[in-house]
Amino acid sequence: MSATTTSTRTTGLRPIAEYDRPLWQRLLLTRETAIIALFVIVVVAAAVIVPNFGSKITMTYLLLDMFPVLIIALPMTAIIVTGEIDLSVASVVGLSSVLTGVLTQAGVPFGLTIVLAIIAGVLCGAVNGFLVTVVGLPSLAVTIGTLALYRGLAVGLLGTTAVTDFPAFWTDLAKEKIGSTGIPVVVILFIVLLAAFAILLHFTRFGRGVFAIGLSPEAARFSGVDVGRTKLILFVLSGAVAALGGIYYTLRYGSARGDNATGMEMQVIAAVLLGGVSIFGGRGALHGVVAGVLLIGVLGSALRLANVTSDVINIITGVLLIAAVVSSSVLAAIRSRRKSTRKPRLVGTGPGNA
Amino acid sequence: MSTTTAPAPAQTPERRSGFGTAFGRLARAREASIVLAVLIVVLAATLTNPNFLFSADGYRDLWLTPSLLALVAIGQAVVLITRNVDLSVGSILGLSAYLTGRLFIDLPGLPMIAVILIAVVFGGLLGLINGALVAFAKVPALVITLGTMYAYRGINVWWTGSDRINASDMPKPFLALGTAQILTIPVLTIIAVVVLIAVAWWMRNTRAGRECYAIGSDPAAAELYGLPVTRRILTAFVLSGALSGFAGVLYAARYGTINSQAGSGWELDAVGAAVIGGVAIFGGVGTVWGAAIGAVLLMTINRVLPVIGVPDFWQRAVVGVLIIGAIVLDRVLSLRQHRKLIEGREAKQ
Repeated sequence: MSATTTSTRTTGLRPIAEYDRPLWQRLLLTRETAIIALFVIVVVAAAVIVPNFGSKITMTYLLLDMFPVLIIALPMTAIIVTGEIDLSVASVVGLSSVLTGVLTQAGVPFGLTIVLAIIAGVLCGAVNGFLVTVVGLPSLAVTIGTLALYRGLAVGLLGTTAVTDFPAFWTDLAKEKIGSTGIPVVVILFIVLLAAFAILLHFTRFGRGVFAIGLSPEAARFSGVDVGRTKLILFVLSGAVAALGGIYYTLRYGSARGDNATGMEMQVIAAVLLGGVSIFGGRGALHGVVAGVLLIGVLGSALRLANVTSDVINIITGVLLIAAVVSSSVLAAIRSRRKSTRKPRLVGTGPGNA
Repeated sequence: MSTTTAPAPAQTPERRSGFGTAFGRLARAREASIVLAVLIVVLAATLTNPNFLFSADGYRDLWLTPSLLALVAIGQAVVLITRNVDLSVGSILGLSAYLTGRLFIDLPGLPMIAVILIAVVFGGLLGLINGALVAFAKVPALVITLGTMYAYRGINVWWTGSDRINASDMPKPFLALGTAQILTIPVLTIIAVVVLIAVAWWMRNTRAGRECYAIGSDPAAAELYGLPVTRRILTAFVLSGALSGFAGVLYAARYGTINSQAGSGWELDAVGAAVIGGVAIFGGVGTVWGAAIGAVLLMTINRVLPVIGVPDFWQRAVVGVLIIGAIVLDRVLSLRQHRKLIEGREAKQ
């Protein structure tokens, strides 16, 4: 009888009854709106309280630093919406960074280097996707394995050495600003990717399939969604975008090292979950995720400027992540309790009516 | 999400008695193949360089190196069997290790055993926080322990700062624990084996242990059946935290220096050890024996690579291949068993 209440628990699916509420409530009372509001509050508060936070240079550095996390969070959102996860992204960043270095050192033209590094990322993603969809293994286990494997290849290729000599044109481009605005050029690339993923996820048949898989893989399969192909494509996209992040990382810091971006997967996943994507799959939106990434970035940057050390930022990130998921689950519990006490009145079932 | 419901190897349909089948079952068990892998690795290293096994240091390290990871992997295995995961173990280890050092410095009068107990209980409390958040808020352990991994490590760095604890700050008898041996076997290894036997017995023979498997196999059914799911999950996380805390104490004893990064990255090694040892990441399957032997394999390979001429930079890649190989093997075996069961059913009809 109460199929809707149980499904809120497991899939994050909102019960039909919720659509009775007026449009403004539905738009304003979402996780995404909450996180965007929190983001705006933090930005305003930081601009007022923290000296130098409002300056152009802070914003520039914030965007430059957040760029890899921002772009990798896009495919990660889609993957988590299908109920899977990709823990190997930071290792792909490291591997493509090392490849960029090794190929540049070998004298390969930089344009070709970029193409080859992205192909490597695509292959990494394809291996993940193959193991998850064709062999049928859980993505958590697969990507813990490939996290070690890809990182191992990266570290193995370069050892403790680093490649630091890159064409000046490209390293400048990675830090270049648009005119005198202080906005990095790479933001354009991010906006293009964001638009592409937003259209893919929220406005296409493929995207509806992604959400359908997250809600119920069986139902999605019966309604004609090719579950395996969809997941495979998402893992490949994730690998490709992570490789792009790796090339950027190399150019931005002018250094290709095997341990580049170690631990970044945790940052990405924390930001995506903070942005309102349900870890159970089936629920999430990109505007929330972008706000989630920026929130973590702004918070870190503001605290650092206020001379709070990075360890406190780690504590805050962790607590924020836990608070975000626990609060939504507590809210869902309260809502379902309220609904279940109200239900008999609404449906009109008398006592003893099974 | 896909769920693997492979029955444990111990539940094979044929149940003939006798030494032959008992031996066959033992040989077929997942743990046996990992033991074999460890033996092959050790043999290869010893053939290349006899010192690997036949020098006093080499022999001791063979036992000593995996002991700490084995403790963490045992706890991780119990958590995994209940269909959860604990990513915060490395951070708990680091915090407990630093706490151990601080207790020796700040409260010099405290007996050694009290220090050890305090650190273990402290680890258990950190595990309790994980468990409570997972069990009561009904949020996936992956997210919660990802959060506490950050938070605990942050607290560790905050507390430690750039400080580090050196061997000279800790009492000699405590440090001796890290190197002492009984009958050529290091004390730390003996401790790890005793813990292993206790937890393995608990998982295999007690009601609570069996219920962990039931919960991991099908949480909804366990709930409907009336098993104390919340309490068991709490227990699993407390155990994992306490064992990580204990590993932290032994870390302090063995290495003598503790900085704020002690134990970072151990969470993946612990999960890796358990998965290689045949513990299914989606619950219900596996043994703590397997996890402990998985830890031995991981750490031994780490030491063997330089000996056989591979730079140890490749260690993580080997670990990755092992993890992937192990889960693919599990998948293949479970598919085969599934097919056999169906054939068996059809043959009966």
